Amino acid sequence: MSKYEQTAGENAIEWPYPVDYDKENEVSADVVVLGGGLAGCHAAINAARRGAKVALVEKGAVIRSGQAGSGIDHWYFVCKAPGSKVSPEAATETTLKSEPFDFGHTVYIPCMESYDALLDIEKMGVEFRDVDDEFAGAPFRDDKTKIMFAYDYVNNHTIRLRGGAKMKPALYNELQRLGVAIYDHVMATSLLTEGGKPGARVVGATGVNIRTGEFYVFKAKATILTTSVPAALWIFSTELSGAGAFCGAEPNMAGDGNAMGWQAGAEFTTMEYSQSTSGGFSYPNYGVGNAGNTWFACSIVDANGKEVPWVDGHGKILKTVEERYLPAPGDNGISFRNRPRLIPDLVERISKGEFVLPLYADLPGMPKHERRAIWGLMVGNEGKTRIPVYDLYNRSGFDPDKDMLQAVVMPPDAYAMGPGYGPAVRQWRDSGPGFTAGGFVVDWDLNTTLEGLYAAGNTGRSRHGGAGASSTGRYAGRKAASYAGKSRQLVIDKKQVQAEKARVYAPVKRKDGVGWRELQAGLCRIMQDYCGEYKSKDVLEAGLRWFKSIRESEASRVYARNPHELKKVLECFSRLTCGEMIMHASLARKASSQALNFNRIDYPEKDPPEWKKFVTIKQESGKVKVGELPMNFWLLPPYAPTYAENYRLHCDL
Amino acid sequence: MENKVYLVPNPSMPFQAITIDPDLCTGCNSCVDVCRVDVLFPNKKKGKPPMVVYPDECWFCGCCQLHCPSKALRMEHPLNQRVGWKRKATGEYFRIGMKNPPPPNTRPPVG
Repeated sequence: MSKYEQTAGENAIEWPYPVDYDKENEVSADVVVLGGGLAGCHAAINAARRGAKVALVEKGAVIRSGQAGSGIDHWYFVCKAPGSKVSPEAATETTLKSEPFDFGHTVYIPCMESYDALLDIEKMGVEFRDVDDEFAGAPFRDDKTKIMFAYDYVNNHTIRLRGGAKMKPALYNELQRLGVAIYDHVMATSLLTEGGKPGARVVGATGVNIRTGEFYVFKAKATILTTSVPAALWIFSTELSGAGAFCGAEPNMAGDGNAMGWQAGAEFTTMEYSQSTSGGFSYPNYGVGNAGNTWFACSIVDANGKEVPWVDGHGKILKTVEERYLPAPGDNGISFRNRPRLIPDLVERISKGEFVLPLYADLPGMPKHERRAIWGLMVGNEGKTRIPVYDLYNRSGFDPDKDMLQAVVMPPDAYAMGPGYGPAVRQWRDSGPGFTAGGFVVDWDLNTTLEGLYAAGNTGRSRHGGAGASSTGRYAGRKAASYAGKSRQLVIDKKQVQAEKARVYAPVKRKDGVGWRELQAGLCRIMQDYCGEYKSKDVLEAGLRWFKSIRESEASRVYARNPHELKKVLECFSRLTCGEMIMHASLARKASSQALNFNRIDYPEKDPPEWKKFVTIKQESGKVKVGELPMNFWLLPPYAPTYAENYRLHCDL
Repeated sequence: MENKVYLVPNPSMPFQAITIDPDLCTGCNSCVDVCRVDVLFPNKKKGKPPMVVYPDECWFCGCCQLHCPSKALRMEHPLNQRVGWKRKATGEYFRIGMKNPPPPNTRPPVG
């Protein structure tokens, strides 16, 4: 009898779903998609349209899962939209100059397809244009097409999404219409390989239902991983978890796909990247006064109403609000680093008392259309805003025509990039999306290094929001369907399945021991201490020793009293694996790097020429094998030398 | 005063995250179905409001409230996440959760 049963006695509440841990469900498909966010939905839809029998596996509910589940406000890289002045090549090259460790192909594909993906979604019922003519006359609205642009009204590279809060339900309807078999509340737990061997062709996946505990064996000719990237590796707070969590750090993002790929022998790169954040101690996303992203380019004033000036990408002071939405001379607007911003010496001027805290977002002072765009279009359609910010604040009496939302009070030096969500805490890091996160090495087919395994969205290193996810998702869906159509029958290795079942259910067989929360908090502490802002060989090796020791001790005594706890335990194991991967990648890069936000005490020189390359890692014969790829490998043999030619050869359109 | 009291362990979190009005709730469990992390579980009794079992895992995305057909469910940020604002013309201060809040702004979002 567990401690809980002893305490609760006859008042114990029975699990409200029918549990059957011994039941094994077998599903056959041409293509199985693991992860039902934007990337996974587009992958499943496009594979199904090519005639493939598709199974879509999702830990939550596809109708609202993923980072865009509750909404999305921006659509990036719309090079093909009428009115856009940036070519896919220019957008890709500018992005790589600013983020050198992105992949050129996983940027170029969105540049080619993001507008098409949006038109597709429009056909599914998402009216992203200003169909109500609410913004007629606004400088960001094209009166012919009714498309509303964001950030830069000359280059028009990003669209503002009316209807973003309804995107996932529209995709869910399309999936059902196409007859995709949707497995909600099922967590994928491992990849199945030919002969049960790592490094071999991927022939399917296993899963567990996190409400009923039933086991699933998905047999498929092609597998697509769209499980995003790991979040909450360094941060686990039981006091403040979700409210402040960045809308990009969706709670189901435990790095399950990375861990599964690592165990199956796939190759990864850029896992050494990380960034400090304020984590769960932030304030609600987009629910505080600020001037960036969803709130771009809101006027900011101090406690006495004094306005903080803006500068353009060349440092020239801007006199009007309208100028904030224009590119600097000669700039194509793609790199956020060159966009207008608040004065770069704001930190000093706050410290000297020229600008008095707290700061406020002066919505009443903004032009009418920009004000409504920020509070109503963007806040209202972006993730975690329609209910948690727009509805809650409005019903509490907030009126953007009259009220200035306060910015977070932070130490002066935290205002280097303007008002934020909270000061970054150095031990609390993230390697998630929105940053140059690590992930699978993929080729121009979005094929990983394992035959039969594709990766898209964040998992396939296409991190540029919903547009990146949707574009690479639909691309991978086409490619996987094509591969499945040509490939032979496969056999599932029964021993591999049984070994995985034993691993998955071990925690369920324990009545007591270590709880998942204790395990997760402990894993995060190891990452904070041994994989922090400043790394070095002995410290990283100590971190790996700790993880090995935790596997042998606490992690082998962790219990799950129901299928929900089982989910959380299995996520701990995914996080543990991802933590080990990051430590191995960090050991392998024997140089610091500005671009990767990577600091090694023992190798302090930043980006020496011989380290301007991708460092790759994979498991082979039980050992970690380190490799490398040149910075522009997607334009080198065996590929063609131009983006256009590679796309033409591989896109399958 | 009632002298029959119960030993109540501390909740895992300092807040509830979600409140459900039992008079408006029909027990349809739409909120249970869409929650990405299973904060809510169906009540044993059909037609009764679901149980908020894991408020500590709530991501505050609001999908539960978006899908509630009876306006029974409210998602709210706890005190340590409540934000304030200043009325530009008058300098008055307001905040989420204050006593005597100003009247609600009922303008719907775009789309």
